[in-house]
Amino acid sequence: MNFQRVFSLVKKDLKRMIREPATLFLIILFPVVLTLVFGVSFGAIGGTQSTTYQIGVVNMDSAVLDQQWSQHLIGNLTGTEILKIQDYSDNETAQTDLLQGKIQAVLLIPENFGQSCISFWNAPTNSSLWVNTTVQLYLDSGSMFATQAIPPIIQQVLTATVYGEQPISVPRPIQIGRPSLIQVSKLTAFDYMAPGIFAYAAIFLTMTVAESFTTDREKGLLRRINTTPTTPSEFMTSQAISNMFAALIQVALVFAMAYLVGYRPNVNSASFVLAFVIMLIFALCNVGFGLITATIAKSPGAATGIAFIFIMPQMFLGTFVGFALSPSAQAAGKFVPSYYVTDALTSLFLRGAPVSSPMILLDLAVVTVCSVAALLIGILLFRKYGKA
Amino acid sequence: MVTSKESAIVIDNLTKRFEDVTAVDGLSLEVEKGELFGLLGPNGAGKTTTINVLCGLLEPTSGSVSVGGYDVRKKTDKVKELIGVCPQDTAVFSHLTGRENVELFGNLHATQKEKLKKNADDLLRKMGLLEDAKRRVGKYSGGMRRRINLIMALVHDPEIAFLDEPTVGMDPQSRRAVWGFIKELKKRNKTVILTTHYMEEAEELCDRVGIIDYGKLIALGSPKQLKAKFRAKNLEEVFIQLTGRRIREE
Repeated sequence: MNFQRVFSLVKKDLKRMIREPATLFLIILFPVVLTLVFGVSFGAIGGTQSTTYQIGVVNMDSAVLDQQWSQHLIGNLTGTEILKIQDYSDNETAQTDLLQGKIQAVLLIPENFGQSCISFWNAPTNSSLWVNTTVQLYLDSGSMFATQAIPPIIQQVLTATVYGEQPISVPRPIQIGRPSLIQVSKLTAFDYMAPGIFAYAAIFLTMTVAESFTTDREKGLLRRINTTPTTPSEFMTSQAISNMFAALIQVALVFAMAYLVGYRPNVNSASFVLAFVIMLIFALCNVGFGLITATIAKSPGAATGIAFIFIMPQMFLGTFVGFALSPSAQAAGKFVPSYYVTDALTSLFLRGAPVSSPMILLDLAVVTVCSVAALLIGILLFRKYGKA
Repeated sequence: MVTSKESAIVIDNLTKRFEDVTAVDGLSLEVEKGELFGLLGPNGAGKTTTINVLCGLLEPTSGSVSVGGYDVRKKTDKVKELIGVCPQDTAVFSHLTGRENVELFGNLHATQKEKLKKNADDLLRKMGLLEDAKRRVGKYSGGMRRRINLIMALVHDPEIAFLDEPTVGMDPQSRRAVWGFIKELKKRNKTVILTTHYMEEAEELCDRVGIIDYGKLIALGSPKQLKAKFRAKNLEEVFIQLTGRRIREE
């Protein structure tokens, strides 16, 4: 394979994407505008943004004389200015508010908290005389900030309150329990839609690929390229690269726009990388569909119409639109590749599933098989019937 | 027919059929290396089909074709390395600039970077397009597009050039510039196959011409020989004598 040929063809295609207004709109502006409009319309703006964190505190400290320790802790938590403390008389009410997204965390001060502090100060070096206890923390799993920022703040305040300037390495009678992540209902409609929007944007590559092939064929450019030593595999590789690059730009732009309108998926960098990989593979699927369209269509105008044979089912059955469909339509969605892209991204971004989750790997496998099949069928059909 | 070492192109009993239409019918022809050969004929005579077979774009129905010593059917990749093709209908990428179009085709022929830049500059200058080379081809006039179309075929300095009606739609100045350019190719010992409807162009440029009609070769020789043989003042008279005055449909 001659990379000089491949890269010059890729450059040519990328220039087309930037310079031709219709292509630029479909590939770049359309996903950006779509994300912006949906983000604004379905409540991502301000949905999870926060500069202070609402913490519910349930003080169960039963020590009559020594409740000053727990009061002191609450006072110090309030003093951080990052945390807004809301007192609850019972854990049940606090948990209800956490579930409804009214607060981002619940701190449960145990009934022997004061007793534990006194036992420490009476015998700071004799741990056998301490009364050990655990401060319980519950966090909103849907908030990246809650899960990442609140535990260290609580730990810091607790240490300063109870132990003062004691070295951190010494044993302590009070521990913070492993934070419990609570799935709350504060997610906006956009949070549910966002994974589907990524797939939605890429679906339109089918149309741009079909249009560019039919236009080049109509103008005699494919025939002309065929008089050069460029091999079919070099030509198709260049198409795959340029469209994968377009998908990469699309996903990056959609992410950026979604972020700007307040979308904050609770994921790590591995999840982002996997999301990009899934989208790139899905781009190949749409190149295949574009080639099949170009084979059938006799002109660029016809290609635009015929492309919807592939676009519509993928759009309605396999993207964010699918949430509103009947159960039977949702079941039909399992026959379109975009369903598996949306499902994988939903698992990653909404359900917080790890990249090694079997469900995500299964989705990835299905998307890969569909993409390879669509691409091969597209190439074979186009070579046999579409070049003339 | 045995392929001669000095023959750039050998066509032996070539036939090409499209369903019930025979576009080329038992054509045999030999073009020498460094020769400027004119392929003439009325619309639909089979000129472009012959060129498409020579370029490897169409499979012959029967007969054999060799270009640069390579059998086109068996060694298409080798043939494509040797040739440059200027199609009859302007085939350019409108979204690219003139220079980008030219460089794209140089790259598709894997032309070395420095050589490509030099060739592109030379050709753009000779064709009077250097100043407009940075403009997108979509904004070019018809004549400018045809000149870029020709440069794209020759930027990699091919040994054999197929020029299918390269001057159609050009103003007299542009046509003269292209003629000068084609003559220069001949001086550099390049083999050129030129199809044209302009008989004065063939007379001016070609060492030999072949006139084909209904896919058959009906006359072959230098313009001078043909004029003498058919007792004609010019090649156009020869052409009319051989092909008739009836207007053909494509």
